[in-house]
Amino acid sequence: MQATSDEELIGRIASGDRLAMQVLFARHHVRVYRFVLRLVRDESVAEDLISEVFLDVWRQAGRFEGRSAVPTWLLAIARFKALTALRRKPDEELDEEAAAAIEDQSDDPEVALAKKDKSAVIRKCLEGLSAEHREIIDLVYYHEKSVEEVAQIVGIPENTVKTRMFYARKRLAELLKAAGIERGWP
Amino acid sequence: MNAVSKEAPERQEIETLLPWHAAGTLSRRDREKVERAIANDSELARHLTLVREEQQETIHLNESLGVPSARAMEKLFAAIEAEGAPAPVRRSFDLVGRLSGFISGFAPRTLAYGAAAAAIVLFLQSAVLIEVAMKGQPDSVVGRPELASAPSNVHAAIRFSPQATSSEIISFLNAHGAEVVVGPRNNGSFDIRFTGDVSKDEVFRKVQRMQSETKVVEFIATK
Repeated sequence: MQATSDEELIGRIASGDRLAMQVLFARHHVRVYRFVLRLVRDESVAEDLISEVFLDVWRQAGRFEGRSAVPTWLLAIARFKALTALRRKPDEELDEEAAAAIEDQSDDPEVALAKKDKSAVIRKCLEGLSAEHREIIDLVYYHEKSVEEVAQIVGIPENTVKTRMFYARKRLAELLKAAGIERGWP
Repeated sequence: MNAVSKEAPERQEIETLLPWHAAGTLSRRDREKVERAIANDSELARHLTLVREEQQETIHLNESLGVPSARAMEKLFAAIEAEGAPAPVRRSFDLVGRLSGFISGFAPRTLAYGAAAAAIVLFLQSAVLIEVAMKGQPDSVVGRPELASAPSNVHAAIRFSPQATSSEIISFLNAHGAEVVVGPRNNGSFDIRFTGDVSKDEVFRKVQRMQSETKVVEFIATK
């Protein structure tokens, strides 16, 4: 049995089909939510943002030209919304959050315990990456986006995508080393 | 020396492609290029292991973020209702097609995690049942699903088991001659009615029979 494609759903949404909107939302809202949540780090804000993302889809479905896949389009809208929301936060607050995420590793008793668990330490260090590095790692590893798709979502050249991913991994390796995990790379 | 300097950029390029190779998102040409390089370079193969480790933990981290509450969906559809839209064109009802569309839209990985999967299935059930509820309604109503509208001829309230698949729910409703009238409510329940002319005793017996199907039904009570 042939499933309705995302593109067909967008076509139906453009003609005001609310059921198609519900199907599209059911398919993609969890991944969009997680992408946004990793950027804004606030569940309530992330929920508000996914409502806004899909409301934009409702409004703009008629203008969707299929230049990118629908999930890629959704993440691009979501990213724009998340960055706009982050800009409303004072820079000092963002820096403090980022610093806290990293500095926590050295003296937090929980982290000391987690050191026994390599997986937990890797996840902690992934959380300690900058928003830019978290974003690209999530897009590649979790959202399974190609170089071209990441370039479309983030709005940077494909070569920059590759180098940004490289430096994100390099930074992750540094954080892991600081947490006592030497991986021999880079 | 020349060989080294010529080889280094190529190796570096392969190195940068490893994350996409692990995710399976490289073009065929690049994938084959990476596979050839890995086969001849044990250090690159070791780096791929590190990449897979990062990938696994990134997935784990993201999956542990959970799912949004129903508030996001309610807010969205309230906004859509408030905005209004051009009257939709009625389309033929292809429940099975839509249902498979629902299910295929979720990555197996997403469904693999218990709590998140349960929440998704619950949501999925809700969306499917909204479609079921709309079956047979007049044209003017199609395209205006209410997430919780006023009941009419309601016989029972039901909450489905999070483990029940959408096809099981639809078969279950058909088998008992029931259809969804309203829902989902905030607690995940739906109001249903039985088709045809059914007496109060018959409703009671039907609800009792449905109650015994615990694989699909979590809770059911007459109204």
